[in-house]
Amino acid sequence: MTPAIPIWEVFIRSRNGLAHKHVGSLHAADATMALQAARDVYTRRGEGLSVWVVPSSAITASDPADKAMLFEPAAGKIYRHPTFYEVPDEIGHM
Amino acid sequence: MATTSITVEEKPLVRYLLGRADDALVLGHRLSEWTGRAPMLEEELALANIGLDLIGQARSLYQYAAQCEGMGHDEDDFAYLRDPSQYLNVLLVEQPNGDFAHTIVRQVLYSAFADPYWRAVMQAPDQTLAAIAAKSEKESAYHLRHASEWLIRLGDGTPESHRRAQAALDALWPYAGELFDADTGPLDPSTLRPGWERTLAGLLTRSTLVRPADWVQRGGRAGRHSEHLGHLLAAMQHLPRSFPGATW
Repeated sequence: MTPAIPIWEVFIRSRNGLAHKHVGSLHAADATMALQAARDVYTRRGEGLSVWVVPSSAITASDPADKAMLFEPAAGKIYRHPTFYEVPDEIGHM
Repeated sequence: MATTSITVEEKPLVRYLLGRADDALVLGHRLSEWTGRAPMLEEELALANIGLDLIGQARSLYQYAAQCEGMGHDEDDFAYLRDPSQYLNVLLVEQPNGDFAHTIVRQVLYSAFADPYWRAVMQAPDQTLAAIAAKSEKESAYHLRHASEWLIRLGDGTPESHRRAQAALDALWPYAGELFDADTGPLDPSTLRPGWERTLAGLLTRSTLVRPADWVQRGGRAGRHSEHLGHLLAAMQHLPRSFPGATW
């Protein structure tokens, strides 16, 4: 049987200057090959100007069982949303 | 096959352009043969991308060849309506895919030549050719990097991957020499040999592979091909020859 090849998460920054965004994952033996594969799999249609790859194993994820405890308390606090003032057009992305 | 082959008016420039276009088309077709069979999805896309780059280079060169020939032929006529003996690609690019190591070694040998070749042709006085070279060089630079990284990992990998990489290198090395044969193009390809040797020497060291002895197998540029090209063209030309003008 083929030994397991590590999984990498891929992040791409698009042309419009926003932050790197998670686009998917892939298999690769090491970081160089992961970057190469990310370019081949995820930037075929001119999507990106910069690519990050991160070993999936380096990501610490929240436990789905903790969902209620972690996220539901925020649901009732509408005053935390910045919707009570107008953003001037000149600001652009915030 | 039903449709008769075209006769090409082989002026020196046309003959040169067809040789370079045929290199790109035949290698691009070989890479397309991996579609659905690659060892992993990531490499399937990578090989298909590289194949599409090469077929795009071939199209530009065929279009320019058609313009220079002035006989009313187009890129499809050159690709689909010439027999193996009218193809002028080097023997290297028609060699079968073999295992993944063969495909990677073939790509390294070709790309280590093609990248500096197109970079040099960018300086050619012929503006159309220089523009095709500029586009091709960016693509070839990535092809070389992609194949080089794989060669290092195959050669310096497991005993099995090392054995396969060395076997592929031994089998394909004799076909590399033809890349440097003189043709009717804007520069003498043999001037690129020292740089190619340095690239390969560095790569083989990092790959822990042994450089095979030099002897050269040539003939492709003169239309004398291995039987492999006939099979490749039969698959590639079957549809347009059986159903001329077919579209979908």
